[in-house]
Amino acid sequence: MSDQTLPAQKPRGAESPLRRIIAEFFESRTAAVGLVIFALVAFVALFAPWISPQNPYDLSQLDIMDGTLPPGSESFTIGTYWLGTDVQGRDMLSAIMYGLRMSLIVAGTATLLALAIGIATGTAAAYFGGWVDTLIMRIVDMQLSFPAILIALILLAILGKGVDKVIIALVIVQWAYYARTVRGNALVERQRDYISAAQCLSLGHGRVMFRHLLPNCMPPLIVVATVQIAQAIALEATLSFLGVGVPVTEPSLGLLIANGYSYLLSGRYWISFFPGIALLITIVAINLVGDQLRDVLNPRLRK
Amino acid sequence: MLVYFLRRLGQSLIAIIVMAILVFIGVYAIGNPVDILINPEATQREIDATMQRLGLDRPLWEQFFIYFGNLLQGDFGRSFVYGQPAMEIILQRLPATLELAFVALVIAIVFGIPLGVIAGLKPDTVLGKSIMGGSILGFSLPNFWQGLMLILIFAVLLGWLPAGGRGPTTEVLGIRVSFLTWEGLRHLILPAVNLALFKMALVIRLARAGTREVLLLDYVKFARAKGLSERRVITVHVLKNIMIPVVTVLGLELGSMIAFAVVTETVFSWPGMGKLLIDSINLLDRPVIVGYVMLTVFIFVFINLTVDLVYSGLDPRVRAGMRNE
Repeated sequence: MSDQTLPAQKPRGAESPLRRIIAEFFESRTAAVGLVIFALVAFVALFAPWISPQNPYDLSQLDIMDGTLPPGSESFTIGTYWLGTDVQGRDMLSAIMYGLRMSLIVAGTATLLALAIGIATGTAAAYFGGWVDTLIMRIVDMQLSFPAILIALILLAILGKGVDKVIIALVIVQWAYYARTVRGNALVERQRDYISAAQCLSLGHGRVMFRHLLPNCMPPLIVVATVQIAQAIALEATLSFLGVGVPVTEPSLGLLIANGYSYLLSGRYWISFFPGIALLITIVAINLVGDQLRDVLNPRLRK
Repeated sequence: MLVYFLRRLGQSLIAIIVMAILVFIGVYAIGNPVDILINPEATQREIDATMQRLGLDRPLWEQFFIYFGNLLQGDFGRSFVYGQPAMEIILQRLPATLELAFVALVIAIVFGIPLGVIAGLKPDTVLGKSIMGGSILGFSLPNFWQGLMLILIFAVLLGWLPAGGRGPTTEVLGIRVSFLTWEGLRHLILPAVNLALFKMALVIRLARAGTREVLLLDYVKFARAKGLSERRVITVHVLKNIMIPVVTVLGLELGSMIAFAVVTETVFSWPGMGKLLIDSINLLDRPVIVGYVMLTVFIFVFINLTVDLVYSGLDPRVRAGMRNE
């Protein structure tokens, strides 16, 4: 077998950086727990239509007689309502699974798009310098001087409701963070010899920027992106709670919480309490992962 | 100093103009201004009259100057819902929001600084760690969820405080305030705490970091060596020096409190500017929305400018930096 012809063990210094990062990441037990929880949350969100007890938005599966039942109530349709039901007799556990799906899709898509825009503008600003840099960074500075929620509210007030509009708002709110992070790192990396070497080989701007400069700017960007995903989930939930986010037909966790809000006052807490707990678990898990990533990827803390 | 002042003033004006242009693009170019600015229930004659008054029948660049001229005069048109000038309605709601933000700021400082100093003095104790854990929760949990939990605990389960509304108000110098009556204060506590939690978490972190840094400095050692009581060292020597970053950051954060008040006011039905914004978005009351946006941008830019100038006036290092430039 070909495996046996390879050297049995690589010397320790040649260990791949990825493997080192993974090993160091799991040194912290809380971070590992955070990652496992996040994986579970992502799994539930991804496979919600197949693993949820009922389809909460198929009206034929709902029994209005089961409205606002407390957690643990028995029913004839799907067995036990572990987390209770809302006013239309919808199983809250299923609604939360679907809501989680919506929240993660919106926040994930927005983060990826914002990341792409931020990387492109940030790298361009650092690489070209001069007026390109000044222009881009002035826009970034101006935007970052306003709180994210205010900008998102203004955008949605003008654009109107809708999943696509929430994503646009989140992208516009977030890209500036990435642009600033990328530019900061790229400015440092640009001074290094390997960039000069690549330029001496008269490689194209695009190739130097994306094949040489960018990969070396990735670590801090990953950290910022993890933190920003949690922020995006929280912001989307807030916007949907305020009624300017996703439409009623495709509720996210924030909208579920808003729907249960009026029942909270009459003591039927579970309609908005459990979606809130789901939101909380997701955000805290991501933050735990982000904290550990920041320590692991920070070269200054490297052992 | 004068050059610096003028340059910052110029930047602020540019920020306001850019926002005005963006709102103009949003309302006039992307959307259909006839739908946005004219009441959908208006008759054809009213539509024609309003179109003429707003100049919607003229070319786009001319419309921009009319829009900008109206903006300078604080004229955002009339609210569709209330029939009054939009700015008047917003300004009526402004005191409620400012009172909320101000009380929240006081709460954040009064509780945040002592907690942060304690956490800084005893970073390895259970108390210090739980304070920091609490501040992490304050950071990462969405504001509206914290508000709902406050309502669930203190209004629904314990029944100590009202769940929403503003309660009775007293008039002081023509401004209605709630903190002077017991009932008004009871209504004010929960929303103010809700708005304060995030800033409190921030103050705790700043105060903790500041305390840990200052404790290692020579003048604290010297104060202790003089035989001053621990209480005096902390309240006079330590506290004075951690106040600089705390005050700076809080000054800048005052503006964001007005923005976050949108969430708190909606959760607690507090009749301020933020709730007005959300109501107006739901009712498509565009003149009020545009008015809110421009007023908030103005407040923001004004606060940032003031903090920058005050800071540069107070901190000798910043002044020296300007001279070297």
